[in-house]
Amino acid sequence: MAKMTKEEVIEVAHLARLAITDEEAEHFADQLEAITNAMELLSELDTENVEPTTHVLQMVNVLREDKSIPGLDRDLVMKNVKEHEGGQVKVPTILE
Amino acid sequence: MNFETIIGLEVHVELKTESKMFSPAPAHFGAEPNTNTNVIDLGYPGVLPVVNKTAVDWAMRAALALNCEITRHTKFDRKNYFYPDNPKAYQISQFDQPIGEHGWIEIEVKGEKKRIGITRLHMEEDAGKLTHTGNGHSLVDFNRQGTPLIEIVSEPDIRTADEAYAYLEKIKAIIQYTGVSDVRMEEGSLRCDANISLRPFGQEQFGTKTELKNLNSFNFVRKGIEHEQVRQEQVLLSGGIIEQETRRYDESTGKTLLMRIKEGSDDYRYFPEPDLVDIVIDDAWLERVRSEIPELPDARKARYVSELGLSSYDAMVLTLAKPISDFFEATVAGGADAKLASNWLMGEVSAYLNAEQKELSDTALTPEGLTGMIKLISDGTISSKIAKKVFKELIEKGGDANDIVKAKGLVQISDENTLREFVTAALDNNPQSIEDFKNGKDRAIGFLVGQIMKQTKGQANPPLLNKILLEEIAKR
Amino acid sequence: MSFVEKTAAQLQEMIHTKETTIAEMTEKAFERIEALEPKVDAFLALNKERATKLAAEMDQVPFAERGPLFGLPIGVKDNIVTEGLETTASSRILEGFNPIYNATVVDKLREAGMVTVGKLNMDEFAMGSSNENSYYKKTKNPWNLETVPGGSSGGSAAAVAAGEVPFSLGSDTGGSIRQPAAFCGVVGMKPTYGRVSRFGLIAYASSLDQIGPITRTVKDNALLLNAISGYDDKDSTSANVEVPDFTAALTGDITGMRIGVPKEYFAEGVGEAAKQAVLDALKVLEERGAICEEISLPHSKYALATYYILASSEASSNLSRFDGIRYGYRTEKAGSLLEFYMNTRSEGFGDEVKRRIMLGTYALSSGYYDAYYKKAQKVRTLIKKDFDDAFEKYDVIVGPTTPTPAFKIGEIIDDPLTMYANDILTIPVNLAGVPAISIPCGFENGLPLGLQIIGKHFDEETVYRVADVYEQATDFHKKTPQTWEGAAQ
Repeated sequence: MAKMTKEEVIEVAHLARLAITDEEAEHFADQLEAITNAMELLSELDTENVEPTTHVLQMVNVLREDKSIPGLDRDLVMKNVKEHEGGQVKVPTILE
Repeated sequence: MNFETIIGLEVHVELKTESKMFSPAPAHFGAEPNTNTNVIDLGYPGVLPVVNKTAVDWAMRAALALNCEITRHTKFDRKNYFYPDNPKAYQISQFDQPIGEHGWIEIEVKGEKKRIGITRLHMEEDAGKLTHTGNGHSLVDFNRQGTPLIEIVSEPDIRTADEAYAYLEKIKAIIQYTGVSDVRMEEGSLRCDANISLRPFGQEQFGTKTELKNLNSFNFVRKGIEHEQVRQEQVLLSGGIIEQETRRYDESTGKTLLMRIKEGSDDYRYFPEPDLVDIVIDDAWLERVRSEIPELPDARKARYVSELGLSSYDAMVLTLAKPISDFFEATVAGGADAKLASNWLMGEVSAYLNAEQKELSDTALTPEGLTGMIKLISDGTISSKIAKKVFKELIEKGGDANDIVKAKGLVQISDENTLREFVTAALDNNPQSIEDFKNGKDRAIGFLVGQIMKQTKGQANPPLLNKILLEEIAKR
Repeated sequence: MSFVEKTAAQLQEMIHTKETTIAEMTEKAFERIEALEPKVDAFLALNKERATKLAAEMDQVPFAERGPLFGLPIGVKDNIVTEGLETTASSRILEGFNPIYNATVVDKLREAGMVTVGKLNMDEFAMGSSNENSYYKKTKNPWNLETVPGGSSGGSAAAVAAGEVPFSLGSDTGGSIRQPAAFCGVVGMKPTYGRVSRFGLIAYASSLDQIGPITRTVKDNALLLNAISGYDDKDSTSANVEVPDFTAALTGDITGMRIGVPKEYFAEGVGEAAKQAVLDALKVLEERGAICEEISLPHSKYALATYYILASSEASSNLSRFDGIRYGYRTEKAGSLLEFYMNTRSEGFGDEVKRRIMLGTYALSSGYYDAYYKKAQKVRTLIKKDFDDAFEKYDVIVGPTTPTPAFKIGEIIDDPLTMYANDILTIPVNLAGVPAISIPCGFENGLPLGLQIIGKHFDEETVYRVADVYEQATDFHKKTPQTWEGAAQ
């Protein structure tokens, strides 16, 4: 498996919306490389004919009836919101 | 060089379920901002999704109506991306096992029929609504978050803007007939993105495509595609290359504008949603849903032609929108003549709705009202001309055609003696017209009819009046 | 009042004989917590006002209407959401978060009449094995204040070990209940995946997370699991299976029971003392009629890598919702939306969390999905099959909980791989989704060691039965840390 370069760390951090400095990127690159090297161990296993497991329990079709419950009071919705305006949640504008 | 345009459409349809896709919050359009949400929609820590059964039934119903094969073992996946209207920063969607695949619909453009393939139909949740204030921040309303959506992806089988338009009309009609969505573009319950690319005729490989967004009506889809087609052609002819980018259609200028260049970083990191278990659809479930599909537009159209004797074109127009078609069915069921009912709906009713910018359901007209009126025409109680007055009353105020006719004294005069009196009076007052007629000027008859109609407030039975007039004039 | 030597039954006895009241017991619990917290640092938020009021009301409830846990105090791990009580998962990014809803287990505690006294410290978002990854404080091991209590449910284990509360809830994704229970010399159960609702448990790795009880004794543990188990229609992964009375399984009889002892759990890296303590424990069980045989769980060595790929991948997605928009920490330094996201998250998350988010993001990214995530899901199938095969022949599997006892604070915090290795014996259990308990089974240099008993899916009963037999036959669980001379009794 590929060694994680500093550039890759920066790219991954961007995907994950984490701001990191060059210095941190280097530090993480070292640590993540050690970790991904350890992950390398899995490649020695032949899993060609093995089904992946997402759920350990073999449950299917867990479904809910289509019944609605009234929404939350807007005061509750806004209780933990730091910035809001006219019942809507405020966010910095998107720069395309 | 001549180019061929390759178009693929992605249509999002909101299902009109009672509750949301993965939460029991109400899924209704038009509520006050942030009043139709709960902790699940808001993506609070620790909350979990639970699948709405009706949403699955309806997605399956839509997939079957679009001739898709149903994936018997289907599942949900997470599509990861950060955006303020996407509270969990992942959308629960379907990646590699969509509920429906390999579907198709048939469209008709200028009399030519064509089959357009549907690659896939998958279930997902809608995002909230973001409003840009223009002063440094945006506002989010999470009411729409979690509303059940189906995304219908077409094969790149569409070649012209007209075909795209016909495809959308057909998709809209079919979904509307299935009853799973209101498919109202103005309310956002139907949305469309278009992928467009050009390639020289004869070339097999597709060119680079652009994605066109912000298409808020079928007309804008048509115009946007037309513009984008020209733009790409100009770029290619001038030796440029098409960038893989997202563009938006600007309604005011009729042009498409660059939104953003798609980069390699568009990595959604799909993986199976661990908070939900798989869905396995057995024969019984599939057959139940299949049996719940109402009659679809093509079947209705065929029936109108074979059973009701309508022309193929009339049948097509009548079945385009389910409310009109349902109204037509009820009118005919009430005993109205099918051809007359069809003419009225496609003529006066349609003209009225266009002029007033209204939906049929917004008017006072009922199938009973229209049926009553058509019966009065058929049995000669009123003339078509009088009927227009009755119609205006029916569509604006409602009520019973018979009552209106009586109250306004609009009953046609079909009594021979009464008519003969009007004719005699008219002839007495217009000797010149008799003279003219005798000299071979047929127009004189028209003038006399007009005079009599004026006297009878248009209520004279036209064929009878004609007959009596000719009899009486011959006597002079 | 110290809860160190009191079981639920004894506490109920004290209430029934009017030796104390629920109100007084609650008051004493807070006195003891306040006296010990300067040393232990197990609690984050305390629920004193509400708990005091509730306790007084509960004293009015007739005895006939009370269950075995009625009126008893409990601490709740801070990744379990409590309405009106600050819930942070020990992260800065949830600083000040005041939930408007309860986790299902918290409602269940309330139904059982338990009094939630506060929220317990943990490694941030349950990522860690030492409690050093908390943004707020480092919890100490009551047996030696210079050592870690383990993690991530370190606060939950330390609070029970110190007698601050007789009960606590933890959560276990790769050993986060069992490892701190072992380090702190208490009883910690990770139930079968799906046994306890995850609704309101702040997700780390959704397919592995499970809430479970931490107590002094096996019987109390079974009592608490009775209270929190059961199908929840708000959690699609919660199993719709009957919940037995787990205390009824404590028959004291393990005659003829077949115990598998995986040789891989005695491999390199597992300390001599830990090995010996387990071998001694096996002798005890054999003397009580059990049959112990060496078995192999051949894919054990792949569990750690599998776990870190799957858990980090799920975490990278689960933790994306923390963006400062709807709740929690919000950066002051942001012009654009992108800066807002990046600064909020960088300032809000600690290093270990960032490391795992990046690892998971990387493992899920398009070029690596098959090589990492999908591969790990396949290996997970093999690991699960190891257990399925073993359970064809054996009733339970027994081994050490951790390779070593608690280590010193600061000793390995900068070495993620060594830290991760702490969980090699507990992780396979989560990957297989089976239940497992850790109970005290000895000491090394005055620090407790844990015995891990692993059962079949939904067979916590047999696990408890074996654990109870061992507990009755030994007195490790009666030993208490001596750090508390002078603490409020």
